[in-house]
Amino acid sequence: MNRALLRKFRNILFLSLSVVATSLGLACLAAILWTLVSHGIAGMSAHVFTQMTPAPGNEGGLLNALYGSAAMTLIAIVIGAPIGALAGTYLSEYGQTSRLSTVIRFINDVLLSAPSIIIGLFVYEIIVVRMGHFSALAGAVSLAVIAIPVSLRTTEDMLNLVPLGMKDSSAALGAYPWRTVLSVVYPAARSGLVTGLLLAIARISGETAPLLFTALNNQFWSTDLNAPMANLPVVIYQFALSPYADWQNLAWAGALIITAAILVLSISARIILALLQSDRRA
Amino acid sequence: MAIIAARHAAKQLIYERMFKGATLGAAILVLLILGGVAASLLRGAWPALAHFGFGFVVHEVWNPVTERFGALAPMYGTVVTSLIAMLLAVPTGFGIALFLTELCPPMIKRPIGVAVELLAAVPSIIFGIWGLFVLAPILQKYVQPWLIHHVGKLPGIGSLFKGPPYGIGILTAGMVLAIMVLPFIAATMRDVFETVPAMLKESGYGLGATTWEVIWYVVVPHSRVAMVGGVMLGLGRALGETMAVTFVIGNAHRIGASLLAPGTTISSSIANEFTEAVGDLYTSSLIALGLLLFIITFGVIAVAQTMLRRLERRQLAPL
Repeated sequence: MNRALLRKFRNILFLSLSVVATSLGLACLAAILWTLVSHGIAGMSAHVFTQMTPAPGNEGGLLNALYGSAAMTLIAIVIGAPIGALAGTYLSEYGQTSRLSTVIRFINDVLLSAPSIIIGLFVYEIIVVRMGHFSALAGAVSLAVIAIPVSLRTTEDMLNLVPLGMKDSSAALGAYPWRTVLSVVYPAARSGLVTGLLLAIARISGETAPLLFTALNNQFWSTDLNAPMANLPVVIYQFALSPYADWQNLAWAGALIITAAILVLSISARIILALLQSDRRA
Repeated sequence: MAIIAARHAAKQLIYERMFKGATLGAAILVLLILGGVAASLLRGAWPALAHFGFGFVVHEVWNPVTERFGALAPMYGTVVTSLIAMLLAVPTGFGIALFLTELCPPMIKRPIGVAVELLAAVPSIIFGIWGLFVLAPILQKYVQPWLIHHVGKLPGIGSLFKGPPYGIGILTAGMVLAIMVLPFIAATMRDVFETVPAMLKESGYGLGATTWEVIWYVVVPHSRVAMVGGVMLGLGRALGETMAVTFVIGNAHRIGASLLAPGTTISSSIANEFTEAVGDLYTSSLIALGLLLFIITFGVIAVAQTMLRRLERRQLAPL
């Protein structure tokens, strides 16, 4: 009888602890989001989107940083996403279970969780040192290197979802694999590929560490890819650590913009995936 | 007609080779990137490694003026902050995963699950500024004085909680890291728990086991390997995390006995000092730190991936 009571007690104890853990975790994360939103909105003004980053004590915004982030993310995706997609295509359509594919898959998963600051050092060594100066291009390349594993992984997963029967039908009509991939597999996996693209953009647009010593920062408006360029994450980093209240406010506004953008991207990716799954079930 | 067909076939074959070559090239590029990372770090770190030799990893001194550099303090900081993070995040993540898979009413299961996953996508710099502006002041005002006053007086463990309450420091960095990896660990563990076949769990319930007993004696043993893999993946993130730590660590190159003291980690040293480093030896020492981080995280992530892969293979095998 005692034993049964003890078991019951233990059951209730651990299950309550699990509920406590969940509330604790969610409370922490809610606190972060709440701080972000309240401080971010306080720091928000029309200037944020229309003016350059200011000197301390002056009025200003984040326009150059927003432009820089958008430009570098765009270039990074244009370089990184196709490479990742092609590599993912190889793994899914050609390599499949070969030893080379297994190794590539493994290395890709390692790169996927490798510290981004290491990628920054890598690009510093191969581009910044060689060119002799920091540049937006180096920043974009470091972001591209981070985007490749994300793009590869999602592409392979999405192509694997395409029914084998479709590929076989195309092959039976005499199409070579390249024709099958371009005309059958890619269109069938279209929304999945878009999801991968969105996730890759979300992954790189908040990256700070690799930009610190590749793109650096620039207080002024610059569209020169061969020169340092302002970008949101590094501006947030520098402004948040500064002793000036107006800089800190801008940092919060920037943090809110970045987080909101990433959440919108991630949520859109989920919605597309959910639609895809309900399509498949139908 | 036959000639045209033959020409067409030849053209197709060329396209096929080109396309296959392009995809193969992209795939090989992934290997080259990893190789390139290793090679470039080694090359950049070489002057420091040649100059300090093995002493680089065992010396605590970090003095840019006399150009004496040792990696012990950042390595210590990296390991200790990550351990604190794991100590806090693993049990909490385990609790969240349990709640989501075994206890949660279906109504709120998806919203909470999605919220956890979305939070894993929030960039780490956000956690960093939150740690600096919100968590550190709270810790400084309420938590650390209490720790110093009560725990600090205990023998043994007390020495970990001595000294003035700075707010920032090793402990704060560990806590921010914990909050940052929590969604990640919880989501991975939940995915792992969901692969446990319902039949196994129902057998447990059929024998009269309580929910906790089914979890502890059926779900956990069944998913042990992948669970450890997920935790190590989280550890890999914590070890290499830069921005969440840099804000709150204090950047002091020394090993204090107290967890409340400021310290440094490998990644925060690099982030803080790299663009300001003067002299080849200084820069090279920072890259050598990066090389150490690369080796450590590569090892941890490789082990984690191997463990997670064992789960995938078992899932494919018929039960």
